[in-house]
This record gives sequence, structure tokens and C-alpha cells, in this order.
Amino acid sequence: MFRVHRLLVVSTLLMPLAAGAPGALAQSSPSQAYVITHAKIFTVAGTPIDDGTIVIKDGKIAAVGAAVEIPSGAQVIDGKGLQVYPGLFDGVTQMGLSEISAVNATVDTSETGNFNPDVVAATAVLPSSEHIPVTRAAGITEVVAAPASGGFDSGGSRATVGGQASAFSLAGWTYEDMNLKRSAAMVINWPTIESRTFDFATFSRKDRPYSEAKQEYEKQINELQDWFERARHYAQAIGHGGPSDFERDVKLEALVPVVRGQLPVLVFADRARDIRAAVEFCDQQKLKMILAGGEEAYKVKDLLRSKNVPVILRPVLSEVEEEDDPYDVLLTQPAELSKAGVKFAIGSFDNSFARRLGQNAANAVAHGLAYNEALKAVTLYPAQIFGVADQVGTLETGKLANVIVTDGDPLEVTTEVKYLFIKGQLTSLDNKHKRLFEKYSNRPKP
Amino acid sequence: MKFRHAIVAVALLLAAASGHATPAPDAPPVILIQNATILTVTKGTIERGSILIKDGKIAEVGPSVKAPQGATVIDAAGQFVMPGIIDCHSHIAIEGGVNEASVSVSSIANTLEVLDSDDIDIYRDLAGGVTAANILHGSANAIGGQTVVIKLRWGQPAAKLPFEGALPGIKFALGENPKRSNFSIPGQPKRYPATRMGVEETIRGAFSEARDYKNSWDAYNKKVAAGDKSALPPRRDLRLEPLVEVLEGKRYVHAHCYREDEILMLLRVAKEFGFKVRTLQHVLEGYKVADELAADGVGASTFSDWWAYKVEAYEAIPYNTAIMTRRGVVVSINSDDAEEATHLNQEAAKMIRYGGLTRDEALKLVTINPAIQLGIDKRVGSIEVGKDADLVIYNHDPLSAYAVVQKTLVDGRVLFDRDKDIAGRAALDQEKKDLLAKEKKAEKKPDEKKPDDAKKPDEKPKRPANAVSRDSGLDEIVMPDGGAQ
Repeated sequence: MFRVHRLLVVSTLLMPLAAGAPGALAQSSPSQAYVITHAKIFTVAGTPIDDGTIVIKDGKIAAVGAAVEIPSGAQVIDGKGLQVYPGLFDGVTQMGLSEISAVNATVDTSETGNFNPDVVAATAVLPSSEHIPVTRAAGITEVVAAPASGGFDSGGSRATVGGQASAFSLAGWTYEDMNLKRSAAMVINWPTIESRTFDFATFSRKDRPYSEAKQEYEKQINELQDWFERARHYAQAIGHGGPSDFERDVKLEALVPVVRGQLPVLVFADRARDIRAAVEFCDQQKLKMILAGGEEAYKVKDLLRSKNVPVILRPVLSEVEEEDDPYDVLLTQPAELSKAGVKFAIGSFDNSFARRLGQNAANAVAHGLAYNEALKAVTLYPAQIFGVADQVGTLETGKLANVIVTDGDPLEVTTEVKYLFIKGQLTSLDNKHKRLFEKYSNRPKP
Repeated sequence: MKFRHAIVAVALLLAAASGHATPAPDAPPVILIQNATILTVTKGTIERGSILIKDGKIAEVGPSVKAPQGATVIDAAGQFVMPGIIDCHSHIAIEGGVNEASVSVSSIANTLEVLDSDDIDIYRDLAGGVTAANILHGSANAIGGQTVVIKLRWGQPAAKLPFEGALPGIKFALGENPKRSNFSIPGQPKRYPATRMGVEETIRGAFSEARDYKNSWDAYNKKVAAGDKSALPPRRDLRLEPLVEVLEGKRYVHAHCYREDEILMLLRVAKEFGFKVRTLQHVLEGYKVADELAADGVGASTFSDWWAYKVEAYEAIPYNTAIMTRRGVVVSINSDDAEEATHLNQEAAKMIRYGGLTRDEALKLVTINPAIQLGIDKRVGSIEVGKDADLVIYNHDPLSAYAVVQKTLVDGRVLFDRDKDIAGRAALDQEKKDLLAKEKKAEKKPDEKKPDDAKKPDEKPKRPANAVSRDSGLDEIVMPDGGAQ
């Protein structure tokens, strides 16, 4: 008991600035400037600065370096013994779309129907979701929420065209406050040949011949192709103002930026065969592809590299599906992809497990990935892959100040985040879990 | 699928042939692990120390132990040795489903009878440093099936897996899973119980019957002892027998639970019938009633940081372990999942951050504490002379995400060796190719196979589209075939 009380006092002292900002969001005033001095700064853009200073002003990084002028009126944080990093970026989540995965009423991850290009994650992101501050406390400052992306926190079916994924920062009173890129990618769940399925209508396993499963797969691919053909015609029509009897179609309209190569497709596929088929399809259709999942990406690494397809890998701490695969095949894959020159990020593909993002990157390092590459896989690379690297991903002058200050390596499971900034505002690390911890730590002995 | 099993079987034979982590049938070797940082868990840390292993037991531990003649020396310079991890909630090595979900009291079912020694998860968990596991029935029933503690003796037949002398257990389950909140089968009526009130009554009802059953046997035995030759024995009831063993303290109760109210409910019912609950499993709101748990003496076996996957997990916090530990509860961290089990050391390490446990307290969560909970702490759970040589060697401090298991020993035999595993892969690949070629050749013979059965080699059965991405949630979302979660 004594120990718990002492800890509480310490943690309060460590967050004096955040503690002064009450309320649900608890962010500082947007105009307040901050300076962190004497910290080891990992900019991710260059080599770490041992005794560095970073200046945060008007929501942006105003300066970072070894010798930096401190503006007057700035709140100074002594960063001695602390380390500064860009906040972590989780490339696939259902953040804000799902609160309690078993309760349908709280889950908005998957629209019904098989082709939903017009639905946008940002529309249903709940800024006051309890998952957001919990995830933030693990040093994650921005995420992509992907509709119909499956995962532990996602119920429902997985549409072939799932909708638009949105990139946003993890703090704000409204989605608009949080927004980085409302439409960051179009989710496609690559169809698979499944000869054994589970039928929820009859609640039984269904086995069918391979030939039948393959036929259905081909039908689905044809359908997908048809959608893109129609979208291409539609794009042509609206490009020419459209004929007088031109009929608006919100679904086709949503696919126009995709067929024009402006919006990437985020294709979920894990098996080598499916990845290969997806890459070929996107190549033929001239779509800008990002692979998501990629459990067997290592088997097609040369193809991915030659076609410049980046990957958001699912957690390396995932079950190896094939029983005769090496036990560590998912753990060593990042090192293998890195060696082959494939660009990849690591995502949590989840909400409640998003806080394991750093842990997953560290496990990849333990199995051969260079530390700097692991750090980039959860900061710069997802930012580049989703086209928001001009805003976040490194600590460089002019970028948004999404910054974390830690007592150690942010990928390590024992490291604590001491301060966190989102868009330049000092943001509370308090959350539901810490509040319950304090409440029940203080329960009197019965 | 069948052919895949064939591959594994052949791989096993091959492993045996290549010395790939499979012991000889004779006596265990004499091994000296030297120059290691030894995390004894109960007796502090020894820098650059040695462990001598004889007859499968720890014979000597200390800063300077001499290697006897003929001993195999493992130089672990720069490496860390800790006791083998004990997973207090596992569903590995079970053939078929883990849930006999058709009834609310399924005490007739027994995981012991369906142990599958070829399950690859045994090997994979060994590769994650696990050496013993509590193999539990699922959580679909208020009173579930019987359970068994095993050692991960990869390469041995199923009969050799059970941990000798460990008391058997029985699974109970409270809350959303037994009341089938998140689950229904189309066309089937709702099963009783459907509320937490009904869950309590199901348990009370079963133990009332069990008490009567025990009384009738006691009366019969008394008559027989008194020389009554005409006494008729009561009719045997296989459903109640395990519950009588609970009443007699011969079988441990491992109870799946989440909410504070249902936790206290079970402790009250146990008191009413005069038995003890051995462990509360998951117990994600244990932190709310930690003093009550400490007063009862019940163990708590929980997740590190799982939350929000259902309503009863919405107030789950990663500080659960720390609060319960500080209030005097013996706490372990478990996996409930074959993959989660492979990094329980990391899950324990998180408790240094979430609530400030010390390093030794964190290590205990996956070693001596689960050993105490399973009543096997005299044999395993710490590095002490006389205990079983169930050990893990890491290349790095195990309380870190950067540590990788190098070797795992069970009963003094190296059953996982990372270097040998990597070195053996080319041969396994070749073996697989040969088998596939053989199968292809067999397929060409016209009468033997219908074309529909000819599956592509890289085809695999798929989980349902909305099944969770981890097969863990076994206890959380009950899959139709009894798949866990």
C-alpha cells in the first residue's frame, strides 16, 4: 500500500503541466509555446542529438537542434535524462469506430454490402472514445482507421471494397481538430479461395470442392474489375461535364480518385498467392497499391519491391498459421523485407491492442531488423505510405508537433511516456485505466 | 488437413533423427550451464553463475560450480537463465474443441482424455520459454470440464505430458460466456442460465446434488465398514464425481470470471458448500475486490493488458496485477492463447510500468506464482537446488521486448534449441517438398482420388471472416466448434 501511494505522488509530479489542464480532453492552450531542453532527441530524420532542444510553437515544430534559441514566454521542460521522439503512428486500426467489440451497437467498422467505396471512416470516428487516451498513453499520436479491416475489435463482414480509411491525430474536441487526411486510402479486402468456410446462418462448417471455391473467387475478382471499369467510364464522363442524362452515383464517384491514381488502395491480403494476384490486378488497373496484412509478404518480396508496393504489416506477435512454417516466421519477416528493400510499416490492426505497437516493433528488432528501421516502421514510413509525411513522422521544423517525451526507448515494454504533444498542445496522459487505478488504489481496507 | 498432419509427423521423426530437440529415451544428460546471469526468482540474481543439472533436477547453483566429467557444458556468457514459464491458462495440446458447450454443467468432459502431443503449439510455446501449462476446458458452461496440468514434453506421447502429482482441476465460468451473451445458434432456444443469477443457481444446484451424492456414498461406505454385506452402492454419477472431489479438496477449481460482483458470488457459494476456489481466471475486475480475494486466499490469474473486447472487459485495466499484488493476492499472468504464451516474459515485464512492480515481482508472475496456484511450487517455478531443471535461456534480459529464447529445458533435457531449429529448417523444407511430390504423383493415378479432393498445396482452411484474428479469444468468443476464446 505504501508503495502505491508513493507512486501516485511521483506520477503526479511528473505531469505537473498536464495535470493543470482539467476536462475530458485536457490539452493546453493552442498559443502556448514549449521548449524541451537537454534531452536526447531522436528526430528520425537524422542522427540523434545527445543534448538537444526542441521548440514547439503554434502547433508546429519551430526548431530542433543542439543549439537552439529559446523564445520568450515559452514553457520550459527540463528534458535531462529524457528522450524525445516523434509520436508513434499506427497504420491500421479501427480507432474511434469500435468501442466494445462484442457489442454491435458500439461497432461501426463494417458497413453491410460488398462494395462500399463511398463510406468514410472519419464520419464515424468518436473523438471521445476511451480507446483514444488509452492508446495515446502508449506514445501513439496518430493512426489510420480503416473500415472493414477485421481485427479483434471489429465485428461484421468484410466487404470487398470496404470504404475510405482516414488518418488522424489522437486528440481533439471534434474530428476536424484531429484530421490529418480524411481520405487516406480505399480499403479492399482481397477475395480468397476458401474451400472450407463457416456459415453463420446455419452455424456449421461448410466444405466445398476447390473448383467451386475457385469459381466464386474468380467471380468476385471479375466483379471488382467491373467496378473499376465503370468507375473509369464515370471519371471520363464527369471529366467532360457529363451528358444531359448523366446520373450521379456516389459509389462510382468515390472510386474516381482511385482510378485516377490520386487515392491509394489499401489491399488486405496475407497469403502469397493472394498478394501476387492483388499486385498484378493493381498493376493492370494502374492503381496505387498499399498492401495490408502481408503475413507471407516475404514470399513475394521481389515482386513487392519491383512494383514499389509498400506494406503495413500486421503485428509480428501473431499466430503463425501454417503448422509446418518456422515458429518465428512472422518475427523475422520485417528483417527480411528490409534487406530486400521493401518499404513497410507495422500496424496493430486493432484498437485495444494498439498500445502493443512499440512492443511489436521491438520484437522485430530482436529478430534482426535494424533499430532505426523499426522506429521508422512506426513513425516515418506509415506517414510516407499514407501521404502525410509533410505533416508528421519525424521531428523537423515546420511539421506538426506530434511529439513524445519518454524515460527510455519507446518500443520497450517498460518505458513510460512522460509528456505528449499533439499539434503542439501538451496533451493529458490521463485515461480510463489510470483513473480506475487511482480510484481502487485508494480504496480503504474493508 | 490430413496430409499436413502427415508432414508434421514426418517432421517429428526427422527431428528425432537429427537430434532436433528430442531427447534420447535413456537417462537425462548431465548439463552445466555456465557464465549466465541467473534469475532464480526466489533467491535473487547471480551474475556469471552456473547451474548443474543431474537426473533432470537442479543439482547445484552458484557463482562457481565445476563441470563433472562428461557433462555437457552450455556456455551462456552474456545470456540470462530463468525458471521455465508456467502458463496458468492454456488451451494448447487439446484435440478438437475446448468447449463441451451443449450443457451448463459439463463436468463429464476432461481435457486429460484428449491431449494431443503432436500439437505444434507445444513446440512453439517451448520456443517462447513455456515449460508447463494448465490445460483448461472452455468457458461456455457455469461448471465446465475437468482440466490437467502438463509439462511441455515435446516428442513424448500424450500419456507422458501430465505433470506428475499435480492435482487435477475443473473449469468454472461466470458472466457473459456461460450466459451466452455474445453468442447464439440460429434455430436453437436459449440455454439456461442466461443471467448471472442463473449462473449462481446452476453452480448451487450442482453442488447440492454433489453433496447428496457424497453423503449417499459416505453412508454406503459406513455400512460396508460396519460389515453390512447387503448394502447396495449408490448408482455412479460421472457428472457429480468431479464435484465431490472438489468438496473433498482433491480437485482444484479454476474459475473464469470478470466482474467484481460475480467474483464475490462464487466465493460465497464456495463458502456455503465448504470448498475453496483455487484460482480466479481472467479476473479482470479483481482489482476492485482485491482485499476480499486476499482474505479468501484465492489465486488470481490474469491478462497483462487485454481490455474492451466485451462489456465485462470494459473496466479491465493493466494495473489489475499491481493492485492485487499490493493487496496481498498471489497473481499470475496467463495467455489463454498459444501465441500470447510465447511472450509471457514481456507481458510480465509490462507490470513494472503499469503499477510499479519490482523486477522480481514481475518475474514471479509467470514462474513461482503460477506454480503456487497450481500446487507445483515444490517442483518448479524457481531456480533452487532439488527442483526440476525446467529452465529458459534468453540472449537478453527477459524483462524486455528484445529478449529471444535460445534454449528451453524440461526435466533437464533441451527440448528447444534455437540454433538447432534454424539449422534444421533446410532439411524440413526438403522433406516437405519430397512429400508434396509424392502426393502429386499419387494423385495422378486415376482411380485413387477424385479431382475435387485434389487440394492445392498452399491452400489452407480459413477462419470465418469475422472470427477474431487470434485463436486465443477462445474463452472470450465461443466459436461453434468450441474454438476457444
